[in-house]
Amino acid sequence: MAVVASLLVIAQRNPIYSVLLLIASFGALSGLYVLLDAPFLAVIQIIVYAGAIMVLFLFVVMLLNAPHEDTGYDARLRGPQGSGAISARSGPMRFGAALAAALIVELVWALTEGEGGAGSFSGASVSSVRAIGRSLFTDYAFAFEVTSVLILVAMVGAVLLARRDVPAPRGGATGER
Amino acid sequence: MPTLNQYLVLSATLFAIGTAGVFIRRNLITILLSIEIMLNAVNLTFVAFGRALGAVDGQILVFFVITVAAAEAAVGLAIVIGLFRHSESLNPDSFASLKW
Repeated sequence: MAVVASLLVIAQRNPIYSVLLLIASFGALSGLYVLLDAPFLAVIQIIVYAGAIMVLFLFVVMLLNAPHEDTGYDARLRGPQGSGAISARSGPMRFGAALAAALIVELVWALTEGEGGAGSFSGASVSSVRAIGRSLFTDYAFAFEVTSVLILVAMVGAVLLARRDVPAPRGGATGER
Repeated sequence: MPTLNQYLVLSATLFAIGTAGVFIRRNLITILLSIEIMLNAVNLTFVAFGRALGAVDGQILVFFVITVAAAEAAVGLAIVIGLFRHSESLNPDSFASLKW
């Protein structure tokens, strides 16, 4: 189900459908996390990915009024140098498709050629939220703090990048960017 | 109960789908979505190995990956908004110049 939804994500031409199908894919992955005894991550996946990131994507798609793919592109490039631009575009596409096919064939081959006995999971599973939190705030405390700094930097950067060019205020403070 | 290999094959499939999406699609937003697909494939691998080894570290790594993905999505979408404001297009081929 996750595979089907993800395939549909990159098969869609309208970005809004892509985003909605990606939410379905994340839901399927969240179910897989539950099967893997990771309920905390399943909840995080739903809340953060499907709740926050995808809403952000959807907001941007609707804010930009989401033109369908290739419309403005073809109209622009069919004028002066039509066929050359189209052949130049099909080159990366063919390369990408071949690369993806080679990647999946290689990975599946490597995984099935390996020892076939690496099978079902052993019994012991530590998956309680208590264990996760204890390890997160003791062994990984430094990474946690660095992550918080990273989020702060990303937030400031996003605000700065998405800001319109405002005229400099008159009160002497030079609006520098 | 699926085995570890099945999870890994699924993860590889998802990663290949994301790669194909990045290369084939000509839309900046769809490319960002494909990157998210690849990150989720890696997350699935982390969780599967963490479950197989009986350790909690894999889930913590996935936690960090999700956090970084959120930051990356925010910054990437801000850049997309800036580019769209500049040239009214979402095609990456129209942003081939380094200077505008």
